[in-house]
Amino acid sequence: MRPLTFQGVVLRCGTLALVLFVVVVIALKLGAVPVSLYGFGLDLLHVLLRKSTELSSNYNMIVYDIRLPRILLAIIVGASLAVAGTAFQALLRNPLADPYVLGVSSGSSLGAILALIVEPHLALPLAFAALVTPVGAFLGAVATIAAVYFLGRREGQIDSNMLLLSGIISASFLSAIIMFLITTLSGRGDLRGMSFWLMGELSGALQPTLRWVLGVGFLLATGIIYTTASDLNLLLAGEKEAMHLGVDVRRVRLVVYIAASLLTALAVSVSGSIGYIGLLVPHVMRLIFGSDHRVLIPTSAFGGAIAVVIADTLARTVVAPSELPVGAMTALAGAPLFIYLLRRKFA
Amino acid sequence: MAASFTFGENPRASEIRLSVEQVSYAYSANPSQAPLFTLEATSFHARPGEIVAILGPNASGKSTVLKLIAGTQQPLSGRVLLNGFVTHSLTPRIRAQRIAMVQQESPLLFPCRAWEFVLQGRHPYSRTLHFESGDDVLIARNALAQVGAQDLSDRWMDQLSGGEKQRVILARALSQQPLLLLLDEPTLHLDIGSQVGLLDTLRRLAAENRYTVIVVTHELNLAAQYADQIVLLHRGKCLRVGPPAVVYQRELLEQVFQTPLAVESSPTGRPRVTIIPVS
Repeated sequence: MRPLTFQGVVLRCGTLALVLFVVVVIALKLGAVPVSLYGFGLDLLHVLLRKSTELSSNYNMIVYDIRLPRILLAIIVGASLAVAGTAFQALLRNPLADPYVLGVSSGSSLGAILALIVEPHLALPLAFAALVTPVGAFLGAVATIAAVYFLGRREGQIDSNMLLLSGIISASFLSAIIMFLITTLSGRGDLRGMSFWLMGELSGALQPTLRWVLGVGFLLATGIIYTTASDLNLLLAGEKEAMHLGVDVRRVRLVVYIAASLLTALAVSVSGSIGYIGLLVPHVMRLIFGSDHRVLIPTSAFGGAIAVVIADTLARTVVAPSELPVGAMTALAGAPLFIYLLRRKFA
Repeated sequence: MAASFTFGENPRASEIRLSVEQVSYAYSANPSQAPLFTLEATSFHARPGEIVAILGPNASGKSTVLKLIAGTQQPLSGRVLLNGFVTHSLTPRIRAQRIAMVQQESPLLFPCRAWEFVLQGRHPYSRTLHFESGDDVLIARNALAQVGAQDLSDRWMDQLSGGEKQRVILARALSQQPLLLLLDEPTLHLDIGSQVGLLDTLRRLAAENRYTVIVVTHELNLAAQYADQIVLLHRGKCLRVGPPAVVYQRELLEQVFQTPLAVESSPTGRPRVTIIPVS
């Protein structure tokens, strides 16, 4: 009998943080323009030691202005999607649940697009204007998960097959509406392209307000989900069982749905719908670290970050100088991996 | 003497741990329709160390009574008191510290080891972001030992036999350190040896740890051998409450179970029911 300890969680997260660091360093180096990391590090050291006042313009522009923000974005988006996926899988007791499969990503995209369409008519102050997309995405996410949850019930119980089918059908229906809207409004400059909303992209620059909303929102929602980690462990055994073991099922369900929808909405409003991260990362982490949510939630966050940084680096390098949508990359790698895990489980 | 005026003064009253008082319930799929199932006022009392068996045919209301006792469902009228507290009004956490439920297990989504499963019983005592302490481990280990399942500790739950699994589930309930142990058809799908083993364990635990045990079962003869009290339900009506010898009347059981039966006295002095084939 060796129960999980706090030190154990820290140790596992530390290892993954190290892996993430290595991946980030490699990602900084790779790209259309070659960059000497040694030179960059030396430069950075000089600045830190106050021997020079600023980075040389070359590194400054490519590394600091272009690649680093994009990598940071990839980290937060990946972590958000993976934590949201972990939460949905536990709540719905379904190992195939994730924001993309359940249609929450599509609902979120549609919410964001509708918000962008309405926004010019609202005459909001500039500081609030940046928040319109995430708010719209959040409302879209909550509406979709509520709809899918109710469609997925049969005789008062959540039915796995009904739930997944409802999710997949909602996703395709919502995607069709997105295509319709984007095509009709294609003249508008502020709407991102079709591939952004349907496949995901990390190339755009973010407004400063949105950066803050993204960072704070991620920490808040992940923290809230983490406080319910032991409740989620028991919910895996079923809502009745959890209730008899002292879990306030209704409260946990509501809180985690909202927090997971928020994570999805944040990710979607800055990167569109990226698939497979929320589905696969928790599974891989479960294989490595076990299914205790006290370790699964933080390791999934790191795993998601690592996965999206790698996927985005590949997306911008394999066909350089042009770029693939990052969602295409995650699907290319994720679909075969998913089939493998599925076959392995039922073999 | 003024100092002796304490709440525990009346020994007879303090002995009652669970009182089910005129509890009724109605279930309907749609509030505007007539109820599909009703439970008429049911009352009984149980003391520490006592085993109560709830008997009755399918759809007689056995599981409903159990849920009302567990406090997870609110009675239409009447109340269930556990040491003076209404079970339905307790918070889920406090309720789980006092009432443990052993029910037909739902399949696990992801595999876990027996000791992890038993440690789940410590959840009602944990705070947010709690990691199990040495005490929790000790209590879980002790619970496994009490049901004779120490050796199963490191096994995977999905690789245990029916009887082994039932013992581990019981160990999880014990690690909740409850006052009241509720079991919903615990002997279902078990062979006769495991059934007797489980009930012997319950008998011993009830005597040693002073649990009040409520068992819903279809096994008339096991109930007669092990229960101190029988609650006989029929179509949502509580027909009889009392010791097995009082409740096990041939005509009454034949009427409730719609089967010709013979009731005799077994070598242990308790009643024994034999089915008489119709043809």
